[in-house]
Amino acid sequence: MDTNLARSFLALLARFLSGASVRWIDSQPDTCQRVYFANHTSHLDPIMIWSALPPAVRMLTRPVAAKDYWTKGPVRRYLANQLFSAILIDREEIKVHQSPVDLIIREIGHNYSLILFPEGGRQSGREIGEFKSGLYYLCKKRPDLELVPVHIDNMNRILPRGEVLPVPMLSCVSFGPPMWLEAGESKTNFLGRAREAVRKMKESREV
Amino acid sequence: MSLIGAVLVLLGAAEVIVWALRRNPSGNIDAAILETFRLRVHAWWILLATLATAFLLGHVVTVVLFGLISFWALREFITLTPTRPGDHTTLFLVFTVVPLLQYVLVGLGAYGLYIIFIPVYVFLLIPPMIALSGDYKRFLERTAKIQVGLLICVYCLSYAPALLTLKLPELAPGVADSGGNVRLLFFFVLVVQLSDALQYAWSQSPNKHVIVPTINTTRTWEGLLGGTASVTLIAAALWWATPFHGPKWWMAAAMGAVISLMCFAGGITMSAIKRDRGVSDFGTLVEGHGGVLDRIDSLCFAAPVFFHCTRWWLMQM
Repeated sequence: MDTNLARSFLALLARFLSGASVRWIDSQPDTCQRVYFANHTSHLDPIMIWSALPPAVRMLTRPVAAKDYWTKGPVRRYLANQLFSAILIDREEIKVHQSPVDLIIREIGHNYSLILFPEGGRQSGREIGEFKSGLYYLCKKRPDLELVPVHIDNMNRILPRGEVLPVPMLSCVSFGPPMWLEAGESKTNFLGRAREAVRKMKESREV
Repeated sequence: MSLIGAVLVLLGAAEVIVWALRRNPSGNIDAAILETFRLRVHAWWILLATLATAFLLGHVVTVVLFGLISFWALREFITLTPTRPGDHTTLFLVFTVVPLLQYVLVGLGAYGLYIIFIPVYVFLLIPPMIALSGDYKRFLERTAKIQVGLLICVYCLSYAPALLTLKLPELAPGVADSGGNVRLLFFFVLVVQLSDALQYAWSQSPNKHVIVPTINTTRTWEGLLGGTASVTLIAAALWWATPFHGPKWWMAAAMGAVISLMCFAGGITMSAIKRDRGVSDFGTLVEGHGGVLDRIDSLCFAAPVFFHCTRWWLMQM
């Protein structure tokens, strides 16, 4: 099947099945190089963000995903490699000379944007976990990347950790205002600020 | 068909009025109310087009259409309702099997089954399934939330397409009332929409006695009584388009009153739920219209009552 067609079809399907409403808060879709970083509660999260982006942006955006999950079975492999052109990270074996950050930087070149989940793994609670330092090291090497905080609501109810069957509740993807790593900003400070930006998107959703 | 024609004229007139008022804003009319009205008229166009298409394509399409509306409304309802991880499997069944089976039963016209499937069997099945998850926290509350969601969004709404399978009395001995079911359903949806609109219109009158200020500040006694009175008159005037013809014309009027009261009941119930959850709308499917559930709350509450009254009265005579 034509890959572009399959992509549009999958995005439509994901939008319908998740019933996701998309909000851009003080933020605009853009094809410039960005890192969309979000909270992570479900395997469907990368698809949610990917399908929430306008097609032109979607074409240039690649999710960073776990190799062990996305290489299991032909369907997942097809989705990860052909459709999302995901950047797969080996979680079990992190080598020093082949660090995930270097791999990501090499893969995105000067065209692609990223979808990233800095919590590392899926969280089971409603709270947003501490951010891993990968985002910081990535930005240190590429301070020109625009960082867009994203909050995915309700996915922890739709497909929680440990469940196989998704319950088709409605979710909401909120994109926040872009931020950057400030010159000389400390790691803790930066990661705290990034996490706060996602949390802000979450709060804007709660009444 | 003349009923659809009348609605087309009415909507056309509304569109012209909105257009004229927007061109020449006068001081008497609030711009916000006009905007609400404009969006409403657009929603009615969509509703009319969808219903007409479904009617033309036949019973099955209409039942499927209502099934999809139920499914979407249920999503909005459960999304707003706090659930616990232990409810996951139950919710999966509630979303997949239950609406599907209910609408299949309605489509088959299995009256004896679709009236009890949800309120007896599904309602009995939900509590043990939640108990099996091992999570007993707020057990009754969780059970009740899922049950009410199913009752309003799936069970009640499914009575609307069930009108298509109702056996109507013959017009004359040996002459079946062909198309009578479609007209009945159309009459029902039309009267529900008119009830909503007229109750809102009457509540704009200068005298405002709000019924329950803690729940909803727009629903007034003037709206309820004025709306019900005018809907009763309109429904009576439409008797020729319903199976309540000839000496039964007064039933059309009574149906108007019943529908209007149920619309009020639906509106106030859903307002209470929304107040409790601290939201103004159930969803955001169409900008400016809130969610599906915000549009169909009256329909859900009126459908079973209208169905049973119709069935009972027509069988009696």
